[in-house]
Amino acid sequence: MAGFKKKEKREMPEMNTSSLPDLIFTILFFFMIVTTMREVTLKVKFVVPQGTELEKLEKKSAVSFIYVGPPTDQLRAQMGSGTRIQLNDRYAEPREVMDFVAQERQGMTNQAEQTISIKADQHTQMGIITDIKEVLRKSWALRINYSASRRN
Amino acid sequence: MAKKKKKMPGLNTSSTADISFMLLIFFLVTTSMDTDMGLARRLPQPPDPDQEDAQIDVKERNVLNVRLNAAGMLMVNHDVMDIKELRARAKEFVKNENNLSSLPEKHVKEIDLLGPCFITDKHVISVQTDRGTPYNIYFEVQNELVAAYNELREELSRQKFGRSYANLTDEQKVAIRAYYPQKISEAEPKNYGGN
Repeated sequence: MAGFKKKEKREMPEMNTSSLPDLIFTILFFFMIVTTMREVTLKVKFVVPQGTELEKLEKKSAVSFIYVGPPTDQLRAQMGSGTRIQLNDRYAEPREVMDFVAQERQGMTNQAEQTISIKADQHTQMGIITDIKEVLRKSWALRINYSASRRN
Repeated sequence: MAKKKKKMPGLNTSSTADISFMLLIFFLVTTSMDTDMGLARRLPQPPDPDQEDAQIDVKERNVLNVRLNAAGMLMVNHDVMDIKELRARAKEFVKNENNLSSLPEKHVKEIDLLGPCFITDKHVISVQTDRGTPYNIYFEVQNELVAAYNELREELSRQKFGRSYANLTDEQKVAIRAYYPQKISEAEPKNYGGN
């Protein structure tokens, strides 16, 4: 706790703005990283089916994703190769979709437009998809979107 | 020859901030630009627990039963068919151009901009899957059915308004959609044997 020296009164120097670009670059990098980070770490691998009558998924703020597929190669040893549902960052059972939908809905400003995008592997069996759809129906998340890629 | 030492003027860096701002904005825009694509569908409302049987009786001629089994084979009403033929079949069904008795019944309905129309508004396409049906086959079927409706709407739009459906005004689109309402119902999956 040595004493602080009292500063003498000095003339105000002109502000140095040379570091401003660096600062903005930092923001730039921050945004670049954040936008890729928003995508959850995928724990299932999937190849979406191909279609021709696709629509763009608009209003991203109102979209929640459900991933369906077998576990990724790294996780296969622990989790087996059965089809799994991924919500946020973890595996889930179909009945947990209801909580997920409610939770997602809470953070939305335009709740009426909530859309669930189902990103499912093309070799998934319909049973699990139907289970998810039933739960979505019960939780009043009626707008759904089967994620797909455009067929050429 | 002693030169007078000149002071080097500092480089004006005030515009570098603007340049990096431009980059920032560019990246912000491009990262949100790669939008996801998908087939948009609407689920029916959940069944009302008070209502005991919400079974609406639909005449047999008004229903196109599309069934998929665990092997991914397609059956439409009583015919086994290839997915490629489904679109034409669905169009024929929804349109019922010659008012055949085997295809959905037609009613006269008043539609804004189009006047009284003779349309098959009571038709239903029912898609029934097995729990073992592969998802991509199901998706393909949904895609073909939506494509059938889109083609019909496009044809009607060209005929009535002389323009592509995509270029119509909102009121015109509503009229076209009223003429060909999309009625794809999904029944509970069944186990047709074989898991």
